[in-house]
Amino acid sequence: MPTAKKVPTGAEKLVQCLEREGVEYVFGLSGGAAIPIFDALVDSKIKLILVRHEQGATHMADGYARATGRPGVVLVTSGPGATNTVTGLLTALMDSSPIVVITGQTNTTNLGKDAFQEADVTGITYPVVKHSYLVKDPRDIPRVMREAFHIATTGRPGPVLVDVPKDVSSAPCDAPFVDEVHLPGYVVPGRADPAAVAEAARLLQEARRPLLYVGHGAVISGAGKEVMQLAERLKAPIVNTLLGKGAADETHPLHLGMLGMHGTAYANKAVIHCDLIFSIGARWDDRVTGKVDEFCTGAKKIHLDIDPAELNKVVRPDVALVGDARLVLEDLLAVVEPGDTSAWLRQCQAWRRQYPLKYPKKGGLRAQHVLDRLNHLTEGKAVITADVGQHQMWAAQFCKTTTSRHWITSGGAGTMGFGWPAAIGAKFGRPEAEVWAVVGDGGFQMTMAELATAAVHGVAARCLIINNNYLGMVRQWQELFYENRLSGVDLEGNPDFVKLAEAYGIRAFRIRRAADIDRQLRAARAVNGPAVVVAEVIKEDNVFPMIPAGAPISHMIIDPPKHRLEKPVGST
Amino acid sequence: MAAPEPARPERRRGVHTISLVVNNKPGVLVRVALVFSRRGYNIESLVVSPAAEGDDLSRMTITCSGDPDTLEQIIKQLQKLVDVVHAHDHTNDDAYETEIALVKLRAGIDERTQILQIAENFGAKVTDYGQESLMLRVYGSSDKLDAFIGLLRPFGLRELVRSGKILMLRGLSET
Repeated sequence: MPTAKKVPTGAEKLVQCLEREGVEYVFGLSGGAAIPIFDALVDSKIKLILVRHEQGATHMADGYARATGRPGVVLVTSGPGATNTVTGLLTALMDSSPIVVITGQTNTTNLGKDAFQEADVTGITYPVVKHSYLVKDPRDIPRVMREAFHIATTGRPGPVLVDVPKDVSSAPCDAPFVDEVHLPGYVVPGRADPAAVAEAARLLQEARRPLLYVGHGAVISGAGKEVMQLAERLKAPIVNTLLGKGAADETHPLHLGMLGMHGTAYANKAVIHCDLIFSIGARWDDRVTGKVDEFCTGAKKIHLDIDPAELNKVVRPDVALVGDARLVLEDLLAVVEPGDTSAWLRQCQAWRRQYPLKYPKKGGLRAQHVLDRLNHLTEGKAVITADVGQHQMWAAQFCKTTTSRHWITSGGAGTMGFGWPAAIGAKFGRPEAEVWAVVGDGGFQMTMAELATAAVHGVAARCLIINNNYLGMVRQWQELFYENRLSGVDLEGNPDFVKLAEAYGIRAFRIRRAADIDRQLRAARAVNGPAVVVAEVIKEDNVFPMIPAGAPISHMIIDPPKHRLEKPVGST
Repeated sequence: MAAPEPARPERRRGVHTISLVVNNKPGVLVRVALVFSRRGYNIESLVVSPAAEGDDLSRMTITCSGDPDTLEQIIKQLQKLVDVVHAHDHTNDDAYETEIALVKLRAGIDERTQILQIAENFGAKVTDYGQESLMLRVYGSSDKLDAFIGLLRPFGLRELVRSGKILMLRGLSET
């Protein structure tokens, strides 16, 4: 009699499903309710990256996903393990990043009974996931896992959470693998309505001052080539959002850089004066529009987005295109003819010459100078993961991104602590790429425990800490708008970051003055393994240009103001 | 006999009726409710019932109030939910709408005749005839129920239970 084939446990089946999805890495932190799944990973070819805090795992998975375009996977335990992923889920949701977060859960018989490390994880996370599952039957595991990856990666990508009770992961699971998903309520847009495409083409041709406004959707759909073809066909200048960096080459003569609150003055001048603005996978965020009632009031608006809910959410476009950016631009390129934009291009170039990005190179070390040199030394080819704050805006201004998936930052959520773990995740996904985290001293301290993760695995990501001993962006607002009444911004008690890195066995370098910059950056680049560079920059420096929150773009402050400013009306 | 229904009952201003077909799974109601609450939209009534398509699907009929721009966003966000098969705003559609109310009144000998007269005019049925109380069941448009309840209020409502509005598009249109 043949011996019966061993039936896998739910956990083993789950790990087999991950293998079938092509998962290389799981970023996780173990705990009681997840032990069966960690146990199943022992026999898998999937590499488990043990983090030091669950938030770090989510940002690593997110960085991995954004650097590669493939979903990042997180595995944590129940209760606090799961709740520590909430910030990472929000970050991924706001920036449309495909991650799958698997959380252990108490036994199904204990659900709702306040068992040890029990939390209503699906309940807590409803507002911060694209979709989620509580698996109550081991036979559902193959279907749920296939659906989770399908939902996370298609359409407008986003985080999916799968909560797996311990008895479900421990029980036998004889259900077959699932290839096809059946989700009648889930539609993935592809090509747009041809009539709308034709109308968009007509408006683009008629425009004399067209502007392409490129967002993260263009990066996600891989529409960079099509964006550039359209710009060259129309002879239209390009601006990009913070997350749209790299979709089109920022060093191209038609590219005016980033628009919005801390965008280049010439990009924002173009926004004020254009007669048509074409959003390609961007969502008219308040950092971009400023006072929305006065945003591009005289310009025709075309909005291309894969998420129908983005249309009419902030602005009412003249033409709405629902679909995948690359596919829709392909169709548009087949019909659109160039218009006459020569006067407009001359004007944009004049603004570029008149209002260049600049910073003083004397009077102490400045973050802008360090980032300018980083961009120069890496020839714009490094993957840069920026944290949140002044350093992020300076990096966005001075680190010109030429190709997609070389610029990763928390845009929508503005999650401090994102940059360093995201760099680790990005380096796992793109081992051949040079990866630099650019972080402030505030954000770095929120997830700096992941120095251990980088050290243990020898992850050759570099971390540039722009240290001004302040929560600098808030200090800037307090200086400009709150009579310099500083409150809750002084990071006294910062550790010596060089010694801190060395305590983990990580090579670390310090930049004290401009003359150190190139030497120390080069030294860090030469390290075989992780490296930290600490730039001790001047304490009080401000990011300009700046559009006060809630103000119209025309109120842009290009140079440091000489008088006190009104408090901004925008919420943040 | 029930009073005849007007073809298009007059709608209360700013009140919208949304119909959804959703997966019949735990948590779906929360996901739907969060779309409203996040945007400060108040759900006035919500009816969940099995859908004709089978046990896997449920029908939700939701009435809510708020500004039209937010409603457009709410409908789109509902459509985005993986568990929502479809979501339609029927505020301006040609639909048959109805609702049921149960009303309990303290009714002594003196008031009884008046109450029963009102009930007869609204086609309401007496469902419990007690020594000191009456229970009435009435159905029809929400406006009709409002009027009926308004007339009974001076007699002292002991209890009131309304089912919430349900609606179906006329003809072969899909609700």
